[in-house]
Amino acid sequence: MEAFQQIIAEQVAERHRHHAKAQFFWVWGALLVMTAIEVYLTYQNLKPVRMLTILMGLSIVKAALIIGFFMHLKYEVSRMKWLTMSSLVICLVLMSIFFFPDAFRILYLGVK
Amino acid sequence: MAEATLPHGRPEVYEPSLFGTYSKKIGMWLFLLSDSLTFGALLYSYSYGRISIANWPTPFHSESIVNATIMTAFLLTSSLTMVLAVRAAVHGDAKAQRLWLLATMACGTGFVVLHGREWSHLIATGLTLPVFPAMPGHATTGEFADVAKNVPQFPATFFGLTGMHMLHVTLGVVYLGVVALRRNFIPILLLCWLGAWLGTPSYSPFHYGAHVLLIAAIICSVILWLKPKVYDAADVEVAGLYWHFVDLVWMFIFPLVYLMSARII
Repeated sequence: MEAFQQIIAEQVAERHRHHAKAQFFWVWGALLVMTAIEVYLTYQNLKPVRMLTILMGLSIVKAALIIGFFMHLKYEVSRMKWLTMSSLVICLVLMSIFFFPDAFRILYLGVK
Repeated sequence: MAEATLPHGRPEVYEPSLFGTYSKKIGMWLFLLSDSLTFGALLYSYSYGRISIANWPTPFHSESIVNATIMTAFLLTSSLTMVLAVRAAVHGDAKAQRLWLLATMACGTGFVVLHGREWSHLIATGLTLPVFPAMPGHATTGEFADVAKNVPQFPATFFGLTGMHMLHVTLGVVYLGVVALRRNFIPILLLCWLGAWLGTPSYSPFHYGAHVLLIAAIICSVILWLKPKVYDAADVEVAGLYWHFVDLVWMFIFPLVYLMSARII
């Protein structure tokens, strides 16, 4: 690694040294609890659309916890956070543009 | 421009990083962004089939849901051990770093083994793809033999999506093995390949899929031979990013594929 890259890596490592171990265990616990809620809901025979909405909501919260704490994006500079997340969201929204018109049409036609 | 003192003591001027971090990490983030689009496309294609086909199968009994839940717990725990490995690395604790990396690999291996068992069970009950070798005596009589015939989109999207994820987990375990054990990992990898290849029946997709480990062993050998190095905290952190991404993708596959297609009686 080049010298200036080593300096930057050392600065990043210095930031990571201050992360408390306990917070990782809290995040892990929260992820396990949310997974347990998802499995519990599966046994409740909810309507598919309602079930999907809740499951996707929980999945997005779980993803945010993983990206923020485990992948350390929470501690990155805001330029890094915005560029990575906004580009990802824009690409997924572009996929959705192709997906949702048909999906809604099918749902309104009553196919389950 | 910022000034800093380089390790050899000579004052130098360098351009600060635009994203406040080192290039390797930015490179991994860019790779993960592109890879998330691959999984996004696969998840959308699965979801499209799920809502557009009226007789979409719901093959996952309670036993499968329990199995997938344990797999999820394995992955979540592996993310915790991975982040503890990164923490040990930045504190310079090489022994703890190696132990946490090995724990992460163990959880990842557990995930792959359970997933393989789930696949084998589904294939044995008739849910298969035309590219899979025929299983003697089971393929035409199993519980899901009709599903594979009447709704071929289900096995195609299911095996495509979960197979791609399983491949990512397997390569992640190999990646962590190289970071943790370096050259010592190559013979272990070759033994795993032999075990997976010879230990699975010839009609199992894992019989041929095991060769991924052989290809990985060859590539890793070339890399370790061309560029031998001691992997530092930055390398562990970059490997961790990849591992957490694999976990992250499963957080969408598990509810969309398993929980939304559960058959709970």
